[in-house]
Amino acid sequence: MSGYLVKRAGFILITLILASIIIFSVTQFLPGDVARIILGQFATDVAVENLREELGLNEPAYRQYISWAVNFVQGDWGDSLVSRQPVRPMVMQRLGNSAMLAGMALLIYVPLGIILGVIAALKRDKLPDQMIAGVSMAFVGLPEFVSGLLLISFLAIGAGWFPANSSIAPEATFAQSVPYLILPAITVSLAGLGYIARMTRSGTIDVLRTDYVRAAELKGLPGWQVLLRHVLRNSLLPTVTVVAMGIGWLIGGLIVTESVYGYPGLGRMLVSAIQRQDLPIIQAVSMIVVVVFSLSNLAADLLYGLLNPRIRVGGK
Amino acid sequence: MPDNDAVLNVKNLTVTYDTEKGPLHTVRNVSMKIAPGEIYGLVGESGSGKTTLARAVIGYLPSNGYISSGEVSLSGIDLFSLPKKEMRKIWGSKVTMVHQDPNASINPSMLIGDQIAETARMHLNLSKKDAKDRAIEMLKKVRMPDPESVANRYAHQLSGGMLQRVLIATAMSTNPEFMIMDEPTTALDVTTEAVILDLINELMEEYNTAVLFITHNLGVIARISDRIGVLYAGEIMEEGGIKEVFNNKLHPYTRGLLGCVPKINASKKDISLSAIPGFIPRPDELPEGCIFGPRCEFAEDACRAERPPLVSVSGSHLSACRRWEILKGMADVEDTIREDVGEEELGEVVLEARNIKKYFPFSGGFGSLLKGKKDMVKAVDDITVRMRSSFTMGIVGESGCGKTTLARCIAGLEEATSGEIELEGKHLAYSVNQRPREILRRIQMVFQNPDASLNPQHPAGDSVARPLILLRNMNKKQVRDRVAELFDAVSLPPDYIDRLPHELSGGEKQRVAIARAFAADPSLMICDEPISSLDVSVQASLMNLLSELQDSKGTSYLFISHDLSAVRHISDWIAVVYLGRLWEIGPAEGVFIPPYHPYTEALLSAIPIPDPEIKQDRIRLKGSVPSAMNIPPGCRFHTRCPRKIGDICETEEPPWQDLPDGHRICCHIPLDELKEQQGEGLLKKAGVGGDE
Repeated sequence: MSGYLVKRAGFILITLILASIIIFSVTQFLPGDVARIILGQFATDVAVENLREELGLNEPAYRQYISWAVNFVQGDWGDSLVSRQPVRPMVMQRLGNSAMLAGMALLIYVPLGIILGVIAALKRDKLPDQMIAGVSMAFVGLPEFVSGLLLISFLAIGAGWFPANSSIAPEATFAQSVPYLILPAITVSLAGLGYIARMTRSGTIDVLRTDYVRAAELKGLPGWQVLLRHVLRNSLLPTVTVVAMGIGWLIGGLIVTESVYGYPGLGRMLVSAIQRQDLPIIQAVSMIVVVVFSLSNLAADLLYGLLNPRIRVGGK
Repeated sequence: MPDNDAVLNVKNLTVTYDTEKGPLHTVRNVSMKIAPGEIYGLVGESGSGKTTLARAVIGYLPSNGYISSGEVSLSGIDLFSLPKKEMRKIWGSKVTMVHQDPNASINPSMLIGDQIAETARMHLNLSKKDAKDRAIEMLKKVRMPDPESVANRYAHQLSGGMLQRVLIATAMSTNPEFMIMDEPTTALDVTTEAVILDLINELMEEYNTAVLFITHNLGVIARISDRIGVLYAGEIMEEGGIKEVFNNKLHPYTRGLLGCVPKINASKKDISLSAIPGFIPRPDELPEGCIFGPRCEFAEDACRAERPPLVSVSGSHLSACRRWEILKGMADVEDTIREDVGEEELGEVVLEARNIKKYFPFSGGFGSLLKGKKDMVKAVDDITVRMRSSFTMGIVGESGCGKTTLARCIAGLEEATSGEIELEGKHLAYSVNQRPREILRRIQMVFQNPDASLNPQHPAGDSVARPLILLRNMNKKQVRDRVAELFDAVSLPPDYIDRLPHELSGGEKQRVAIARAFAADPSLMICDEPISSLDVSVQASLMNLLSELQDSKGTSYLFISHDLSAVRHISDWIAVVYLGRLWEIGPAEGVFIPPYHPYTEALLSAIPIPDPEIKQDRIRLKGSVPSAMNIPPGCRFHTRCPRKIGDICETEEPPWQDLPDGHRICCHIPLDELKEQQGEGLLKKAGVGGDE
């Protein structure tokens, strides 16, 4: 087990290094000159050239990369080219917001998706199954700007239950933020629900067919015991992976939802940084998303091993 | 037997499935009674309705299945009148079931002890702790080594034999009145099977349980059951006490089934097996009159007019043949004695595989990382075989002994670690990718599972055509002609060329696979358990086919099987493999008479022989094959050897000892001593009891 962890940690390190190289190179190829962006289009060529020298932009690319990477690891993520503020606190604050939204969404769509998936599997090919498949696929297909606007117009403007705008203030506490999280979380859940339900359904159908479930039924166990002890324990394994893979998407990929609600998450930060060519922010956010992806995948594999004794407790 | 004595009482039961094509009467008009402590062996080929019958008697049919007429009562209770909730109280307490595949029947993510305990908790109202104690007590009952530790393990940490004990322990834990065992030993090695059958016999005597024992193996039935019912296409053909039926087979189907089983005292040189012609009919395509009529050698016009009822021929012995009287006293099915092929001259040497080794590195996590060297699984560890043309080498051994790995190394599918392989005098590369086409053509393989080895999207003819195009560069017309010839050679009608695999039966698929192997015109064919997944009558016809093809084409077979009777029938020589090494090799008839290696002896004594009169020596091996990673020192077999003589077995590798005709045994015990201890051996006894 520990050997496995060491190996996995090594792989994550390699992933991060490769990702950082790609992220760094891509930001180098963005149009426009950093010094020119900082100084504005009316600056003199001399001033731009001096700033380039000062920022080290005339150094060869690999040296720029190394100094950037070393600084990054040491926690110096640079200053925003636009606001001139240090990048790290800004990004970390947005990361916190994204994590809150992700957590709320997971709380909604994972249990719901599992329940729907299990119902669909138990009522396979019957009406409930077809309805669940139809509705959840419709939600997956519905773009977030449509579902988001519908939710806003009905639940926020119409019924007035939730605020229409989710631009929570940086100093807001978690409790204060919760009402602002609900609508975006529902919007995200509609998109994620279908995948969880489908995965759970197919996993459960596979397990329901196994001999050991038949054996459990013939032990005379009540249906719920068969379901909990014998079916779900085995059938939710693939779902665990899908949930964990979704975390990366929840942290860095909710650009549309965040925009619809004006929610201050990482996704929107990345988009606006790209629009303004704010390189340090682009680099920092991208790296954070890669880290979250790697860690959530690792967590999924560890959880998988925890649930599956065949992986946890070696061979014979 | 009066009705009220029987635990299970089935009267005129007909089970129907609603299908798209309309109702399908899968089991028809079956009656049976099973008394306490009685083991009723139900035998039948696949498609005979065995499993449907078993599920019907316990009320566990799929949603489209129902009982359309008849009655089932279990100790006086009519199961079908009960709602599902009440049925659950009976399942697991009064009725339990042991399933076929122990690996698949145990929840992989739940501790063994908890799985046994949950039945006891449910039905005996035990506390959690008491139920766990009960589970351990039951594990002791099924003679599980180290029961406390097994209770805290998971399924993947146990061997197949141990898992089957767990299933039996679970089924016995509530002391049921009635138990169904559905092919409980089919997935096990012959040695493990023997041990489990002994265990079942002892337990049932002790607990006085009524057992419905389902199997396709007549040898197993003969060893375990008190009574036998022969099921064919959903109806009972013959029923009676085990000795009554085996000594006096009064239905042609029973005779036919027994005729298919290879005899352990004769080989292909002497006889070809008498396979039953034709196929088992589907429930919607039953013939007029007697359902066995179209396949029956005794059928006459009257048989086709009316379906004969199951009548008593003497006491409780029943037969559904209207001509049973002519069968009375008739000798057993005569296997066709083969014309004397003449003393064969020794053919050219086809294969010479010397000192083959195959080690698999085992990545053992952090531990091996620290040690800096990898553990090796020594799957094949120095085996030498030599084969001549038109010759069959049978390879036997328990699963995990390395027989398949050896075959795959010779075929180049697995790269040998060391050793030399020569085919027809030419040196071969280890990997199939480095062998020239001409060589590939000369070694072909037939696999165990034809479902997995034929492409489901390609018509059967295309599968056979592939090697012709790829390995023999034939043009379209040549290919077409050759495919037709090959289909004819494996006795498949020409219209099968365009059929897809799912339109063929298991035996037909295997015929296609054999045709494909022969398409390349091989000099060596490796058959890895080619008949193991098939019914006895299909097995018989395939073995006949293989023998005929060998006679006409001179191909050599490396025939791997765990079925010793089949190996005995088809092989010229037999090699016995254990833990990656040969322990005995020699002419087939020689290997079957003493002296033999103690391991061979144990394998032989485990063969289920379809004759209840034969009492085999009970030589049972303890435990399972040790891991090929920690091979015992000295003689590798010493940990399980019933004839171990002392320290020498643990410290020194045994020497090869020679007998006449190239027969060799690797053992510390001198051969004359072995011979003395083993007496006249198994073959002799079979000869006495077998044929009249």
